[in-house]
Amino acid sequence: MKEFMHRFLHNKLAVAGSLILLLFLLSAVLAPVIAPFDPYYMDSTAVLMPPGGKHLLGTDNMGRDILSRIIYGSRISLQVSLVSVSIATAAGVFLGVLAGYFGKLTDGIISRVIEIMFAFPEVLLALLIMAILGPSLNNIMIAIGIVYTPIFARITRGAVLTVKESLHVEAARSIGVSDFSIIVRHILPNVLAPILVQITLSLAFAILSEAALSFLGIGVEPDIPSWGIMLNNGKSWIEIAWWVGVFPGIAIALAVLGFNILGDGLRDVLDPRLRNVEN
Amino acid sequence: MKEENNIENLLEVRNLQVEFATRQGHMHAVRGVNFSLKKGEILGLVGESGCGKSVTANSLLGLVGKKKHEKVTGEAWFHGENILDKPEKEQQKLRGNKIAMIFQDPMTSLNPVLKVGRQVGEVLEIHQKKKKQDALEEAIIQLQKVGIPSAKERAEDYPFQFSGGMRQRAIIASSLMCQPEILIADEPTTALDVTIQAQILDLLRELRDTYKVAILLITHDLGVVAELCDTVAVMYAGEIVEKASAGELFSHPLHPYTKGLMACVPVLGRKEKLIPIPGQPPKLYEEKAGCQFADRCPKRRPECSRDTSLLEIAPGHYVSCKEVGRIG
Amino acid sequence: MLRYILKRLVSIIPVLLGISVVVFFAVRLIPGDYATVTLGTQYTEEAAAALRQRYGLDQSIITQYFIWLKGILTGDFGFSYISNQPVALLLFSRVPVTLELTLFSLLMAVLVGIPMGYWAACKRNRMPDSAVTVLGLLGISIPGFWLGTMLVLLFSLTLKWFPSGGFVPLSEGILANLRCMFLPALALGVAVSAVVMRSSRSAMIEVVDQEYMKMGKAKGLSQTRLILKHGVKNTMIQVLTILGLQTGSLLGGSVVIEQIFSLPGVGSLALQAINNRDYLVLQGTVLFIAVMFVLINLIVDLLYCVVNPQIRY
Repeated sequence: MKEFMHRFLHNKLAVAGSLILLLFLLSAVLAPVIAPFDPYYMDSTAVLMPPGGKHLLGTDNMGRDILSRIIYGSRISLQVSLVSVSIATAAGVFLGVLAGYFGKLTDGIISRVIEIMFAFPEVLLALLIMAILGPSLNNIMIAIGIVYTPIFARITRGAVLTVKESLHVEAARSIGVSDFSIIVRHILPNVLAPILVQITLSLAFAILSEAALSFLGIGVEPDIPSWGIMLNNGKSWIEIAWWVGVFPGIAIALAVLGFNILGDGLRDVLDPRLRNVEN
Repeated sequence: MKEENNIENLLEVRNLQVEFATRQGHMHAVRGVNFSLKKGEILGLVGESGCGKSVTANSLLGLVGKKKHEKVTGEAWFHGENILDKPEKEQQKLRGNKIAMIFQDPMTSLNPVLKVGRQVGEVLEIHQKKKKQDALEEAIIQLQKVGIPSAKERAEDYPFQFSGGMRQRAIIASSLMCQPEILIADEPTTALDVTIQAQILDLLRELRDTYKVAILLITHDLGVVAELCDTVAVMYAGEIVEKASAGELFSHPLHPYTKGLMACVPVLGRKEKLIPIPGQPPKLYEEKAGCQFADRCPKRRPECSRDTSLLEIAPGHYVSCKEVGRIG
Repeated sequence: MLRYILKRLVSIIPVLLGISVVVFFAVRLIPGDYATVTLGTQYTEEAAAALRQRYGLDQSIITQYFIWLKGILTGDFGFSYISNQPVALLLFSRVPVTLELTLFSLLMAVLVGIPMGYWAACKRNRMPDSAVTVLGLLGISIPGFWLGTMLVLLFSLTLKWFPSGGFVPLSEGILANLRCMFLPALALGVAVSAVVMRSSRSAMIEVVDQEYMKMGKAKGLSQTRLILKHGVKNTMIQVLTILGLQTGSLLGGSVVIEQIFSLPGVGSLALQAINNRDYLVLQGTVLFIAVMFVLINLIVDLLYCVVNPQIRY
């Protein structure tokens, strides 16, 4: 653990990604404190105000302050990404362990289902699920969670299959350690590294997916200050008020970039194959 | 610099130094190595892993020294030119042409997705600008010569269809395509089964006899050296510590390290115990004056920290240890 | 090789069946009764029953599935509830747009992403590598639909080089067609190019460290020849795999991009169908996209034969 922290702190990517995410996290947590305006307040005297002055990033077509909406939007993005990826991780790891550890019929069924889910492009699958569930903040978290479950299941299954054959697991089994205990003590720690990297990358994808679905009008409820909704709105006003659509996009890109950079950094830190490459 | 015209010496290496900048610090891998190679001579460069023997071989061809963190200094004279000083483009013309090199692991040295014949003939395409088809035909002839049966058909195979020994033969064939004057063989038999090893060593000896190619053989295996080499140079911690003809070295090893190495090799029928050399070879990150072996040496004396230049004890027998000179 | 191909062909059958099951039942789970939606204020029990009977909705869902599946296999995707047109015909008119859009983006990923990735790998830890790393990270982080809007803002509204949306079929002139497809393809292609670039880079980095590359250098090959003749072919398996998987992102992303640029493709048809609860159209479009994706990956698997001699035997 200490070694991990040391390598982590000496990895420029990991640190840079963490800093961006810290910014993101702070804006979400401190939204009520730092946002200059109420994100829902419509100022009919200040409709489509350009950036500068009282409204730093301008206002939208209903006179709402864009900066404040972006700051509050980080809460939505963070919530959606964290919850959906938690769902995906929990479900995926569970299914992956089942398939990898118990094999046979269990594996056959789970692997088939994973394979079929992989046959659907992610956005399309999310779209289909949202069409069933209907647009809402809770539903989008469920939809994205389902969409990213197979990737976690696949990674876990692969890792479990490798670890299962290793000597220390064989040894544990031979002295009668229970399956549950073997899974928790010996197998899960070994799949931690690839899962951690995938979590980071999935958080990035989840933010993008939420924004895309909300942009299409089948994501969160339209009055929620989600970055995707703001972009959708911005698109309609792009000819006369570019700022409505430009800034939320930058916010999305920055948050996603943070997770992606952290993911790359984590991979460098955790992947033994890439360690000491220069030597 | 008169000696570079010495006709007898095909290759003359002087004060070769290789340094790396690594994350763990500055590493001085080769520390002033001198040796020469005559036409048709087989010189064995022996030592433990990490002693700098492979780095020495790689640096001669410019395979080391091109990156920011690598530095090669010294001279290597070949046909009146210092090949270490040549620009990359000129070195490329020598590689695989006048000076060929083969590596340790035949399993990974061949490109898995190209046909063997194509890979063997490739050097002709680049060095002699031959057409693909002509190169392939010559490659087939060469494959036959190194002992690959039904070479014409096998040339159309991919490496994974070849056994380890066959692959090493194919690699040797490719190294011979341009009739090199020098063949650098970096542990050519280490990855092979013992019986295949013997076959490959036979092949190398045959090549020397037929083509008079000089071979620089890098190995950690004294058995291989005894089998094949005319001359032996023993390397320790980036330096050559002893150099002599193979017969002389095996009958009168002088340097304590050489003696130690020999004591580690089992000899059939002899009941003596194998005696490992105590301690570890030094990390090449640190610079230490004097004999690098002193820490592990049973004959260590305070004076050992001084001069380590090679001394000619007997005709053609050089050793860096001053103690053996004194003791006699 | 024949055995490998046959094995792959057989192995996609359960996947295709699985897709059809998921598509059919998922679409049926969408809330809202078709008859209620269509009839609106004219709703009467009799009218609704007649309508259900007309579209076979009164039968059990399992029976409906098999009727639907049988239809699909004979090329009959049913009729749109909204326009009464055959779904197959609707799809047929939309497919060329989506196909052009995705191929255009894929081409961009291949022509830009792969060479840039290789270049970075050859200049490891130097300026070009850092540049490619930064570009790659930006590329995968910028949302395509936002990029699309920005491209419209810059190239259509400000510079007026390209139209901001709409579709001109190829038959009305190649140039006009390319002009309307360029921005959408760019918006869709950037992320995929970035992914392809990153994977080509890491694939080539792995290959460059291989022993046979050192051997090639020792044979006197120039860096260029070494990379082109020995390196590229060895990275092909990984690069092809990524290209295959990325067509999924392209197909999924096309739904959003078609919406932004008002392109009449399969994706926008799917969105319309969702909004209209047009079951059969939605089933048809989603099935079509998923099957396309599976088939593309099948092609990739078959291409492995070409790039990896070991599979051929």
